[in-house]
Amino acid sequence: MADRVTIHIDGKAYQVKSGENLLQTCLSLGLDLPYFCWHPAMGSVGACRQCALVQYQNEEDQHGRIVMGCMTPVTDGAIFSLQGDKASEFRETIVESLMLNHPHDCPVCAEGGECHLQDMTVMTGHRDRHYRGLKNTHRNQYLGPLIHHEMNRCITCYRCTRFYRDYAGGTDLAAMAAHDHVYFGRHQEGVLENEFSGNLVEVCPTGVFTDKSLVNEYTRKWDLQSAPSVCTGCAVGCNTLPGERYGKLKRVHNRYNTEVNGYFICDRGRYGPSYVNLPERLDYAGLRQPDGLYNAIDQSQALQYLTEACQKGHVAGIGSPRASVESNFLLRTLVGADNFSSGFSNKEHDLVNLALSIQQQSHVLIPSVKQIETADAVLILGEDITNTAPRIALALRQTVRNKAYELGTEIGLEHWQDAAIRNLAQDQRSPLFIAAVADTRLDDVAQQILHMAPDDIALFADALACYIANEKLPDINENLISSVETIAKTLLQAKRPLIVSGTSCYNASVISATGKLIEKLNSENCEPMLSMIVPEANSLGQAMLTTRDAPTIDTLAALAIAGKINTLIVLENDLYRRCHSSSIDNMLEHIDNVIVIDYVDTATTSASSLVLPSATAIESEGTLISMEGRAQRHFPVFEPKAERLASWQWLLHCMKALGRAETEHIHYFDDVTRACAANISSLEHIVNAAPSHLYRNHGVKIPRQPHRYSGRTAMRANISVHEPKQPVDQESALAYTMEGLNQSQPGALLPYVWSPGWNSNQSLHKFQSEVSGPLKGGTAGVRLIKTDHQLLDSEPAIKSKKITPADGQWLLVPRHKIFGSDELSALSPAIAELAGHAYIEINPADAQSLNVNEGDGVFIGDDHTNDSHQLSLEVHINSNIAEGCAGFSFGFNDTLNLIPGEFVSLTKNPNWQRRQADTIATDGGGSNGGSYG
Amino acid sequence: MHMNETQLIPMLSDIELDEINAEIAHAPYPQAVAIDALKIVQAHRGWISDESLNAIARHLNMSPAELDGIATFYNLIFRRPVGERVILLCNSVTCWIKGYEQLQQQISERLGVSLGETTKDNQYTFLPVTCLGACDKAPVMMVGDDLYENITSETVTQIFRTQQEIDA
Repeated sequence: MADRVTIHIDGKAYQVKSGENLLQTCLSLGLDLPYFCWHPAMGSVGACRQCALVQYQNEEDQHGRIVMGCMTPVTDGAIFSLQGDKASEFRETIVESLMLNHPHDCPVCAEGGECHLQDMTVMTGHRDRHYRGLKNTHRNQYLGPLIHHEMNRCITCYRCTRFYRDYAGGTDLAAMAAHDHVYFGRHQEGVLENEFSGNLVEVCPTGVFTDKSLVNEYTRKWDLQSAPSVCTGCAVGCNTLPGERYGKLKRVHNRYNTEVNGYFICDRGRYGPSYVNLPERLDYAGLRQPDGLYNAIDQSQALQYLTEACQKGHVAGIGSPRASVESNFLLRTLVGADNFSSGFSNKEHDLVNLALSIQQQSHVLIPSVKQIETADAVLILGEDITNTAPRIALALRQTVRNKAYELGTEIGLEHWQDAAIRNLAQDQRSPLFIAAVADTRLDDVAQQILHMAPDDIALFADALACYIANEKLPDINENLISSVETIAKTLLQAKRPLIVSGTSCYNASVISATGKLIEKLNSENCEPMLSMIVPEANSLGQAMLTTRDAPTIDTLAALAIAGKINTLIVLENDLYRRCHSSSIDNMLEHIDNVIVIDYVDTATTSASSLVLPSATAIESEGTLISMEGRAQRHFPVFEPKAERLASWQWLLHCMKALGRAETEHIHYFDDVTRACAANISSLEHIVNAAPSHLYRNHGVKIPRQPHRYSGRTAMRANISVHEPKQPVDQESALAYTMEGLNQSQPGALLPYVWSPGWNSNQSLHKFQSEVSGPLKGGTAGVRLIKTDHQLLDSEPAIKSKKITPADGQWLLVPRHKIFGSDELSALSPAIAELAGHAYIEINPADAQSLNVNEGDGVFIGDDHTNDSHQLSLEVHINSNIAEGCAGFSFGFNDTLNLIPGEFVSLTKNPNWQRRQADTIATDGGGSNGGSYG
Repeated sequence: MHMNETQLIPMLSDIELDEINAEIAHAPYPQAVAIDALKIVQAHRGWISDESLNAIARHLNMSPAELDGIATFYNLIFRRPVGERVILLCNSVTCWIKGYEQLQQQISERLGVSLGETTKDNQYTFLPVTCLGACDKAPVMMVGDDLYENITSETVTQIFRTQQEIDA
């Protein structure tokens, strides 16, 4: 092949991909070449001088010259020495110099045992220090509740700022000072502002940035038990590797999936899951007593109650978009499709189904996260992606760099020449357009930003569609016509334009208009992509499992009030987060048995007659369908403690006790998946999301524990000298042991990365087919969305009237928060600290008409006869929010009864107690990293 | 995220603003004049305080961290108050070979301060510098705006005596 060249390393010839750098090539070939500053996702800058080789001019050249692997392109016929004395000695000297100021604190360092610096030091053969002088020391900074800072350990590779600033767009972490006193930190102590800051922990080759929670309760990597998991923080479906010790979740690391999250996850995904450790979680089933308190009962009693309640008839079930496909499927089978709600309110149900049908019927590519990065023009309609699907926002930051790569290619620069390409492009970017209700965290890389109410966004998208199809434009604001022209022309000129929209502004017209726009764009000569953001980890799975006319929570509520439901089984769902509390109260009052299966204590469990403690995604197996329709399997990292059972197990036991024929052949989790695939045609392929429990890797199971896992016999010595038997995993190909083989298995079953000599996460390249390529065992997950050729049943209506609220009325629009809007992660103490208080955001003109200032309080709603019950929120003034819109912190406990899309009155609360001035964020102030150019 | 970072940002003076804006007029984007802006404000205020840094950063549409990265990189941008005159003694290879260490000791004793410190009377701040671009005349140092070449123990004594006389 023309794109392959021959190079010689240590006298051996290799056929390699041309155009890549030598370091990456060596690693792809499986050769061990030490490095620090290079990162597969961030390319080369040649800063650390570690990856040196000797290059010879020709076969006669006896001396050669030192070159940096990461900065040297592979060219045909090139001759290198990697193992030779000259190169080895050079690399050893470099490590010694990098170690001059590095403390000898490995025993107390949270990075120890998975430290790239340790690995590279050993790899170069460096042992004896010659330096006898004093080491430089630094003051560490408080960087917020997530990350611990220990600057003395720094070897100045610059990876942190390259990730934080260049890759993730953060502005509050920088390299300070020069030569031997370089310092990486903030301008002053404070919370790191970027939503991806947790990746510093994995990006830093040593222990400068470590997980604060892990530092406080430390376990070495080799003592962690882990399993492949999938994040439930949003619908992106990032692959994660949670690690457990002593029955507690210790940390979450990124699990590489070339198509989804690649090397990085967001802070919600990394630090959110610590709710798993909450002491308030339910250990035992609880039966409500007449006095309203719950008595703990054992599993068999609980099952008996559940079974008897089901036998009485008139049973309905409410599933959940945060529960697995399998649990939902079993509940649906138990109660019957007609009595099963997917767990959405009417509005959510319509939005998610519309989003799914538009994806199915659009005939365009529904891109993976990796494919999103290939777009050459992007239009975002209505989403604040950093807060609704954070990992996509990080991908879009790379998408806009395609212009820079294009400019680089013109002058012969390869993609990995990171510093050169950034220098060349400066602030030239591929076009990104945002139409949103207010400012978003991607504004700093956008070419044009339009702030409009949701209906106006729909109208604007409709105008774009009409412009592209040469139809008459709808009646839109004259000021917008030039934007319509610019954006439409840009999208038409692009080879791979991407439209991103979704459900987060709770407006069906926005989704419909996106559908129309993508359809018109598709009939032109380009290959458009459509990304639809849905709210939760399995929202799309729920839409696939049920039909469009399936009951919603609202329809079941009506049935309950009509006296037609005796028993309601609620699966992993807090109904009070879905509908107005009064309607849920009313519904539950009319039902004799409310049985709730959940792993966290919610308002709904508190209203139940029986509560069954279940296992979180991290403690159980399940399939989730991500926003791109990718079915992915998560496996239990550790066994749920006490009497917790995975939800699917509670339901299966119940159905077996009832003697249900459907469960006759269901023995294992895999059987549930298979039954679901057989019954639901759109979920036919979920069985391929991961290998079955029968899979064996060269005859053995895959260990959840590394082979250096230590102290198993001592772990419980303070309780009993008798070591309990290790749990046996009958349900998957993974085992709760250190025996087995963690090598060359399918990608969906990779519980940790480790390779001889590579103890850190940098060992990943040993598991990849090539650097940044798919895993050797294949990419995890299977895509389910097949675009069909039906047209939409009826073209959904796009509201064409500009909404002008009446005097004193505001349109409620949800403002999503990466920290706080998601139910589960908000329970994690560190995330809760970052989430802060709920507030309402209005335009300065609106604030003036209400006579309120920043930090004042307003009543929401008409009825303030009884002030103590009237909802009152703090006012934030935001000059970017569309006029007439009142943005509210979405998904916060205080705002659950606010219904997006409704009009409400706002009035000043004269008795509002203002918070301390310094805790109120101001519009465009220092807290908004996006406001800097 | 709502960080506790609101603070009063003092205005740059009109003169400072005029001078900075004059630089911006020649630059492709405001951030390009970061160093010049720091120098301008330092010329007026003697050093760059956190407050000055925030004000400049805001004017140039940069984050304080980005600007501080630049400010702390350069030896001649002072992030702490300095005395009336700054003594920059070169400690790079040539000057070191030619007797930097003895001179450093002598000056420290003469002023009663170590490197990085300011005298009690606020007359002098004594700093090391990596190169003054006069290696052929090593060892060299600067006092205020004056460069002294081929310095020896005697010239150092002479320099301070002359300075004293001027001051008197």
